[in-house]
Amino acid sequence: MKGIDLRLALPVLSLAVLLGAVFWMQPRAMSYTGLNLLFNLAVPIALATIAQMLVIMVDDIDLSIGTYVSFCACVTATLLHDTPVVGILVLAAGVGVYAALGALIELQKLPAIVVTLGMSFVWGGLAVLLLPAPGGASPDWITTIMKARPPLMPMAIVACILLALASHLLVTRSAMGTLLRGVGGNARSVARAGWSVVRLRALAYGLAGVFGVLSGMALVGLATSADANIALRYTLLSIAGVILGGGEFTGGRVSPVGAVIGALTLTLAGSFLTFIRLSPDWQIGAQGVILILVLAARLLVRRRRTA
Amino acid sequence: MIGPTVTRPWFWAFAAAAVTFAATVALTGSQGGVELLMATLTFASFSVLVGLGQMAVITMGPGNVDLSIPAVMTLAGTLSLKLMNGAAGMEIWGLLAALAIGVAAGAGNYALIFLLRIPPIIATLSASFVFQSLAIWSNRGLRIKPPDSLAGFSTGASLGLPNLAWIALVAAMAFWLLIERSAYGRRLSAIGQNLRAARLAGIPVEGVRAGTYVLSAAMAALAGFLLSCFSGGAALNMGAEYLLMSIAVVVIGGSSIAGGNSNVPGIWGAAMFMFLIVSMLNSYGLGAGVRLVLTGVIIIGIVTAASGRRLPG
Repeated sequence: MKGIDLRLALPVLSLAVLLGAVFWMQPRAMSYTGLNLLFNLAVPIALATIAQMLVIMVDDIDLSIGTYVSFCACVTATLLHDTPVVGILVLAAGVGVYAALGALIELQKLPAIVVTLGMSFVWGGLAVLLLPAPGGASPDWITTIMKARPPLMPMAIVACILLALASHLLVTRSAMGTLLRGVGGNARSVARAGWSVVRLRALAYGLAGVFGVLSGMALVGLATSADANIALRYTLLSIAGVILGGGEFTGGRVSPVGAVIGALTLTLAGSFLTFIRLSPDWQIGAQGVILILVLAARLLVRRRRTA
Repeated sequence: MIGPTVTRPWFWAFAAAAVTFAATVALTGSQGGVELLMATLTFASFSVLVGLGQMAVITMGPGNVDLSIPAVMTLAGTLSLKLMNGAAGMEIWGLLAALAIGVAAGAGNYALIFLLRIPPIIATLSASFVFQSLAIWSNRGLRIKPPDSLAGFSTGASLGLPNLAWIALVAAMAFWLLIERSAYGRRLSAIGQNLRAARLAGIPVEGVRAGTYVLSAAMAALAGFLLSCFSGGAALNMGAEYLLMSIAVVVIGGSSIAGGNSNVPGIWGAAMFMFLIVSMLNSYGLGAGVRLVLTGVIIIGIVTAASGRRLPG
């Protein structure tokens, strides 16, 4: 239990430090509107991070999540907007493909990194076919949800808290989540205990597909239109978010709450760099440096724990 | 025992390349064949150079992958062209500068992995952000042409083969010797097969890892240098497609993504295949979207087919 607490302490701390720095430089950010602006884009990134986490949880990695979210965004902005029934069917088919990939990877013992790499071409191609030029429109109900202004807290924060709670219940508390983490920890022993690892891996990928769809929808709700490259950076962002949140690449050791906080930290790092008026040349580099600093801090925390 | 398991994946990459070549020539006619072959050899060279470095890294086992290749390519191409500034007589300094940038970037990557104990994926990813920023900052939209001698060399041919293909062939042979015949290669495979056992056997694990990350970055820098000479200048996005490419050629070429087993000839087969597949789909007049989808489906198909043969039962 203590281990879990420490695992979470660092993501929370890094988010708090960044948030403190932002408030110190721009006190006006400490308001409903300010927070909303800061964390607006966090919701789709957090959803994509959870999707990535579900795949990392079973010891794989998904290099196609960015193109998949782009594809889902394109479907949402075109098919789901114009002919909702077709749109829902296509998105459901996408989730089906994800589940099938999980089964294929387990059945043939394929390297997930290559299969998802190949799929990134497929999703990218489908997105270009659907939406050759940027455009489309967000379905009204999605815009309404994403732009809602609930009392007390901005929508982005409410959504992230709900997401953290839901994925915590799903992954950490439920019997299914325990089994899935078991696949990441020791797939053979799960199989020996009589479970079908093919089904479990398909389930993990299918769930990742569902969160990918949600991420695409949320993104369109915020951006009000889509294009085929809208979420390409999510692949790397989501991996970084999972690791920042205390997850590890092997052994099914992941933290859903940490992953959401990791995604928030990455979003905030972007806003923070805009606030300090850093030259755009150095923005990407500074994000790299922030990532390195947080990981260095994690090392210090770990050293102290083992000492 | 090792013979058949190694040659089989090697064979599949070349077979796939041959089939796509035949399918393209069947459409364009035989007179287009030589041109297509030359173009294939030229463009495959870049993928081979980055693929060889990536292969050495991936051989070290799960989690080892170099995501900084595109950024290192861009940085080395940009800075070396800036140093040469199009002047004759500076070629060797440009090349040395590019390689030095590669070595420094590789050392930086490894320092992060070793000092921070973070997974190489995250280390090389964070480092690549910094490299990318350096390239953006030093490039600033200005476009410097390479010296004429280098532009001529990188687009020219000798003894019937493109010069770039000669370089990539020599590099592949050097890697083959390094991996199959040298102590370094044995150590590399041993680390990939079982890190703990390698460490207990007294292999200088950290030294080999450091050397491998430096090697990969140096190969990326060389590829970036040649690519910017070949295309008449460095562009900020010039490395972008080589991230996926470097991983794809390693795996399609038959090296084990789980590490411990590398395959040098397969890199050439896979690199030619990856170029040919795009030109085949192009010559069949398919749009960008369909082309991407088919490329992805074919990659997954090949990996599935190859793995089915590699793991009987």
